[in-house]
Amino acid sequence: MILNEKYTLMRKLYREFAETEFTDELLDRLEETGEFDWDIFHKIAEYGFTGVKIPTEYGGQGGDSLAYVLMIEEFARVSPVLSLYANTSNSLGAGPLLFCGTEEQKQKYLTPVAKGEKILVFSLTEPGAGSDAGSTLTTAVEDGDYYVLNGRKTFVSGAPIADYAIVYAKTDPTQRGSRGISMFILDLTLPGVTIGKPEHKMGIIGYPTSDLVLEDVRVHKSDLLGPLHKGFATAMKTLDGGRLGVAAQALGIAQGCLEEAMTYSKDRKQFGQPISRFQGISFSIAEMATEIEAARELIYSTAEKKDADDPEASKLCAMSKLFASEMANRVAYKAVQVFGGYGYIKEYKVERFYRDARITSIYEGTSEVQKMVISGSLLR
Amino acid sequence: MKYIVCVKQVPDTSGKVAVKEDGTMDRSKMATIINPDDLNAVEAALALKDRNPGAKVVAISMGPPPAAGMLHELLAMGCDEAVLVSGREFGGSDTFATSQILAGAIQHIGLDQDDIVFCGRQAIDGDTAQVGPQIAEKLDLPQVSYAADITPGDGKLTVKRILEDGYMTIELPTPCLVTCIKELNQPRYMTVKGILEFEQKPYTVLDYAALENEPLIEKDTIGLTGSPTNVFRSFSPPLKDAGITVEPTADGIRSMVETLSAKHII
Amino acid sequence: MSEYNCREIDQFRGVMVFCEQREGVLNPTSFELLSEGRKLADDLGTELTGLLLGSGVQGLAATLGGYGADTVYVVDDPLLEPYTTDAYTKVITEVVKEKKPEIVLLGATNLGRDLGPRCAARLHTGLTADVTHLDIEMTKYLDFLAEASNIDIENGNWDMENRGLKMTRPAFGGHLMATIICPRFRPQMSTVRPGVLERAPYDEAKAAAVKVVPLSVPLSDDDIRAKVTQVVHEAREIVDLIGADVIVSVGHGISKDIEGGIKLAEELADAFGGGVVGASRAVVDAGWLPSDRQVGQTGKTVRPHIYVALGISGAIQHKAGMQDSEYIIAVNTNPDAPIFETADYAIPGDLYKVVPMMIDALKKV
Repeated sequence: MILNEKYTLMRKLYREFAETEFTDELLDRLEETGEFDWDIFHKIAEYGFTGVKIPTEYGGQGGDSLAYVLMIEEFARVSPVLSLYANTSNSLGAGPLLFCGTEEQKQKYLTPVAKGEKILVFSLTEPGAGSDAGSTLTTAVEDGDYYVLNGRKTFVSGAPIADYAIVYAKTDPTQRGSRGISMFILDLTLPGVTIGKPEHKMGIIGYPTSDLVLEDVRVHKSDLLGPLHKGFATAMKTLDGGRLGVAAQALGIAQGCLEEAMTYSKDRKQFGQPISRFQGISFSIAEMATEIEAARELIYSTAEKKDADDPEASKLCAMSKLFASEMANRVAYKAVQVFGGYGYIKEYKVERFYRDARITSIYEGTSEVQKMVISGSLLR
Repeated sequence: MKYIVCVKQVPDTSGKVAVKEDGTMDRSKMATIINPDDLNAVEAALALKDRNPGAKVVAISMGPPPAAGMLHELLAMGCDEAVLVSGREFGGSDTFATSQILAGAIQHIGLDQDDIVFCGRQAIDGDTAQVGPQIAEKLDLPQVSYAADITPGDGKLTVKRILEDGYMTIELPTPCLVTCIKELNQPRYMTVKGILEFEQKPYTVLDYAALENEPLIEKDTIGLTGSPTNVFRSFSPPLKDAGITVEPTADGIRSMVETLSAKHII
Repeated sequence: MSEYNCREIDQFRGVMVFCEQREGVLNPTSFELLSEGRKLADDLGTELTGLLLGSGVQGLAATLGGYGADTVYVVDDPLLEPYTTDAYTKVITEVVKEKKPEIVLLGATNLGRDLGPRCAARLHTGLTADVTHLDIEMTKYLDFLAEASNIDIENGNWDMENRGLKMTRPAFGGHLMATIICPRFRPQMSTVRPGVLERAPYDEAKAAAVKVVPLSVPLSDDDIRAKVTQVVHEAREIVDLIGADVIVSVGHGISKDIEGGIKLAEELADAFGGGVVGASRAVVDAGWLPSDRQVGQTGKTVRPHIYVALGISGAIQHKAGMQDSEYIIAVNTNPDAPIFETADYAIPGDLYKVVPMMIDALKKV
């Protein structure tokens, strides 16, 4: 796809920002401490990246899906974990509010989230409801002007640093599966909310993930998001956008791997010549580049179709995530192989990319779930 | 109130430089960037505008039509207007010629009592640092070069001017011209919102016909043939030789050091 | 005296050097300019004049004679201390208009680069910035080209009668050299890069013989629009690896005598006129130097003017951090060390012996 001047400038902006601000020192610190870095988050927010895809009337930048995808790609190319810092507010966080929030809810929650003053996360997964999100056990029971929530969410990306969470809970126990589920905006300072300890993860270190435990949490009815009992459809729609973001993250990781491998292979000499002269290496690089380009075209065109409300968009989002995340894992594997022993050492970027790539085929729907979505759409 | 910022699009010399057979630079093969010091000038103007939102920041550049892309970037950073001075008649101008064309263009835009002209200290392609002071001279403005700090006052500026071994504080009235160095500030990034909105901002191209009657522009001292200075010869310095092996003896080392000295490497 | 006209080339004669001083101290670049100006004036068969501005600076004039000036014009005025663009531009352009030199040279110093362009614009002539080489005589210019370029001189069509000033300067960050001329206007002006041209030996006899001519140029407070309210001297900032001009790095080769090796590196850096000591990963890992000194993949990427690698084998991770340095000198006992592949000067030898010899040789140039 030929990017027009505006998107070309956006890519330039994202790249300059990432290459300048995501310093090696910062990336090493994230990896060593595993802690969320508020300074870089505030800088990301200051330049409006937390609100790239949020309309300007709610304090965002007014960009579209392609503007968002380019950002995630460029950020992930330098730092997969920092791409998440700018991601949640634009995808899973803002998505449900944009789809079905009231004007009052948008003003109250979306505006501070767009500006990075507040952090809003998304919590759907439960210990017993992962890919099978329909088996949600968290309940919300009406009590006067409130709903009383009980349950446990798991693997909530960003929970330890968040102010609010979008929570899915069963409001009608008589309905089965994905029906009877509602969405709430949960203020994490409410009594009864407990944030679990951050998990020790394989990759994406520096963006904490934890459990979210709800014990008799009283959520006001004004924080019910969208129609009662019909929250699951919104969850699925939100996940479409999220999947595109993960696809872009995988694309960025793969691009970062490719560039590292190219540079190294021209520099590293064995048997008296740069290893890039060996077909075993050069063909591997050719394969990586080709797969990356294929993913890029798929993702960009899907972003445009999604914004155009193309009926194929949901399927294409799943295809983008499936292909890009699996591709990123293949590319990261090959990049480490190009580096040989050095690729296994933490000092080299490809080692981190390799671990970070792994999550892209898992979160926001595993590759298997993507295949369910795709085949379900094809064989309807 | 206006802050006029002069900017230049330059080849990116930080990487490999493409040189043609005849020893001149092959610009078509090189990426272009906004001259780094000019970004500090832009930031200086935008920072003053932050304090004084009624002011307008106008970016002006002389160059071929592709320089439009750079001006779009500056609009996306927050400049309010952009002016491209572009014409075949202007091509090949030296600093004397360039400064009178830019001074003429600034005169054309209009310079008010409280306006300030900002330039970068120097451009990385020529490294002359001449155009700023020469524009000031043509417009008969007081100048400060090497500005590392700027404090606005009522009808005046207080500027910290860097010296080799310290600094001077200079006070000057507006309108005036300031050339900026990288110590002055950290240029801001564009924003996505700025990128989405740049097309709505005023963008003007001034060609030869538009500036022909500007009194500051002398028709016989602009362009390649009119410029006071001309390139007599240009050449690449001899290629970096394959490494030389030096004998680890007093004589060998002395001769190496002498070579380094003769080549002005040390 | 005829009307000043920058286009009447024949009316201009002589070489004039602006001699920069601040607070009564002459900038050493002035001596280099006078030394070079002397050669140009001799080639042209004309006089070399120094132009000295300031307050109470007459006493400095003799020194300028010692470096070659036949005559020194002194403009002494309290308003000429400290330096201001407005006052200096006015005085210099007035003097040039009166004396009509065919060549005017200034140092490409911080002040010279402020002043030169302003003067040239007012005098309506060209100015070549940051010049590193000057010629009048074509034969000398061709000798220079033969040395400094790959231009085919034998088959070139050269006008040997050309006696215009040929001003050569680097462009595009030193990737290209350009010789600039100013054929249609006078004076021919350039700012000259400090420290490049050779300074002639000081000549006592010439210093004694110099003709000092006070000139007066009317100057009032109103002439100075940009006023200096304060001048502050500061010690130079301590530079880190990334900004350093010269870096001397040590590697595992200093294991024999760690303290001695580091000390030698420091002394060598000083001998180069000031530099910073860097380190390979082996040295930092061993705790011999702190990690902020590390050059390489995991350390810093540097591109100094001169990089000296002492006892560094040149593993790929080290080279990644320094291979873009302008000039690389490597010392290693192993003649097959990979560092020699990137080095401009490869010295196969023991650093403990070689470095003292380098320091010695550097002190003598």
